[in-house]
Amino acid sequence: MAYSDKVIDHYQNPKNVGTLDKSKQNVGTGLVGAPECGDVMRLQIEVDDNGLIKDAKFKTFGCGSAIASSSLATEWLKGKTVDEAVKIDNMEIVEELHLPPVKIHCSVLAEDAIKAAVNDYRKKNGLQELKFEESVVH
Amino acid sequence: MSRFAVNFVVGQIYNQIIMLKFPIYLDHNATTPCDPRVVEAMIPYFTNSFGNAASRNHPFGWQAEEAVDYAREQVAKLIGADPKEIIFTSGATEADNLAIKGVFEMYASKGNHIISCNIEHKAVLDTCKHIEKEGGEVTYLKVNPDGLIDMKELEAAIKPTTILIAIMYANNEIGTVMPMKEISALAKKKGILVFSDATQAVGKIPVDVNKDGIDLMAFTAHKMYGPKGVGALYVRRKNPRVKVTAQMDGGGHERGMRSGTLNVPGIVGFGKACEICMNEMEEETKRISALRDKLETALMKTEEAYINGSTQHRLPHVTNISFKYVEGEGLLMGFNKDIAVSSGSACTSASLEPSYVLKALGLGDDLAHSSLRFGLGRFTTEDQIDYTVEAVTKTVNKLREMSPLWEMYKEGIDMNSIEWAHH
Repeated sequence: MAYSDKVIDHYQNPKNVGTLDKSKQNVGTGLVGAPECGDVMRLQIEVDDNGLIKDAKFKTFGCGSAIASSSLATEWLKGKTVDEAVKIDNMEIVEELHLPPVKIHCSVLAEDAIKAAVNDYRKKNGLQELKFEESVVH
Repeated sequence: MSRFAVNFVVGQIYNQIIMLKFPIYLDHNATTPCDPRVVEAMIPYFTNSFGNAASRNHPFGWQAEEAVDYAREQVAKLIGADPKEIIFTSGATEADNLAIKGVFEMYASKGNHIISCNIEHKAVLDTCKHIEKEGGEVTYLKVNPDGLIDMKELEAAIKPTTILIAIMYANNEIGTVMPMKEISALAKKKGILVFSDATQAVGKIPVDVNKDGIDLMAFTAHKMYGPKGVGALYVRRKNPRVKVTAQMDGGGHERGMRSGTLNVPGIVGFGKACEICMNEMEEETKRISALRDKLETALMKTEEAYINGSTQHRLPHVTNISFKYVEGEGLLMGFNKDIAVSSGSACTSASLEPSYVLKALGLGDDLAHSSLRFGLGRFTTEDQIDYTVEAVTKTVNKLREMSPLWEMYKEGIDMNSIEWAHH
């Protein structure tokens, strides 16, 4: 299977690889996936006083498409509000990276990671956790 | 084609194999390039000597028949068989089908039970499933963490209705070699036939159907520097005389066991490939296993790397290694423009399930997802191995820096304590 140029670029030059201090109140951490399933994504956001995401970091265990999906997600998250962040749809990632059907689950995982990070942030800050509909592809 | 033209074409192919360093091919368990000497032997049988080996009434047919007879001797010799015991097929998958289905049908009056094992190739496993649908009974022996069957379990699995033990000679993913002599000794005592899928073993290690006590054996040309689309089933003629029911109706070729016009150029190439393996195996094994050991030793210097399967009972050209905390397909992507290897990761298969062979060894899914198989071959060079070591190590390190699991491991977090969201 050939990868799209965008997947290859994110794989070779991943954006925002790293770790934020998860003990900080303004940092939300989402850890999704499972080692047995072959992909684990950890996505973190750091939110400023105005509710804007000022930094985002990821680490991913997975295939090139999973790495690219999370790298792209962190790029998109920066500068968005927390409310805008949860509106990122996995299909936008699929389109941007030209993921084939067999790799759609990578984009779903990235979407789940964003939601998990946002909810972690909300929980830490005394906000009610958002409920999401089950993602389409599992 | 003129002699000059033939030499030119062969020379070109040779140059491509010898001169072309990239991409590096380390997937010889999937297939091998044709040896230029094999191609050279085949060429006349596409053009001038194109006859049908079954045409008995003219020189075209005689020539083809003679070529097939000679190839049959070359093939038989490599495995210590009589030429009459070689049935040419389209490949190992067909030979596996013919052996298992053919025995099941031929020996129906004796019983309906077959013993196989859970790391066989799909060509055997799926054929066994077919047998089960047809009213047969199949026991799939489990392998130990080394990838070998337990002789006591085999003995315990034998029933009065057992007609066939079907155990592979060597495994395609991890290269482990089964104790064929012990298996056949037990089978002989119980009067049960032994079939072995020896696709990965023939041409790589000495295989002798008499010394090994094998009654039926499948193998194929393209795994030993011969052409694709031609293989063989060895069917014993003496002690005992074995018969299989044909699986295709037609002209009654190959002593009635496999109808269909013989693939003369392919068979000629197969024969030549066998002859080369026969003559060069000893030297080649020394060279390739030294390179494999060099590769393995260097890669095992990586932290948290594990060899899958027995290293003692193993083909000389294979190593299968899991690099924990990185995922196999992600790993391949770091160098697969330059280096061709394969992975047991789910992501490289259509099913999204990791390798059933690695899981059968008792590996967790996470380690199965992290595996790479390196298969060296006749044209592998030392500088290719050096390059591979560097590229793989670099990619493993890079991906670990990106891996949340590696970070947890380094921080001493027990990953079993985490509630993973299985998706």
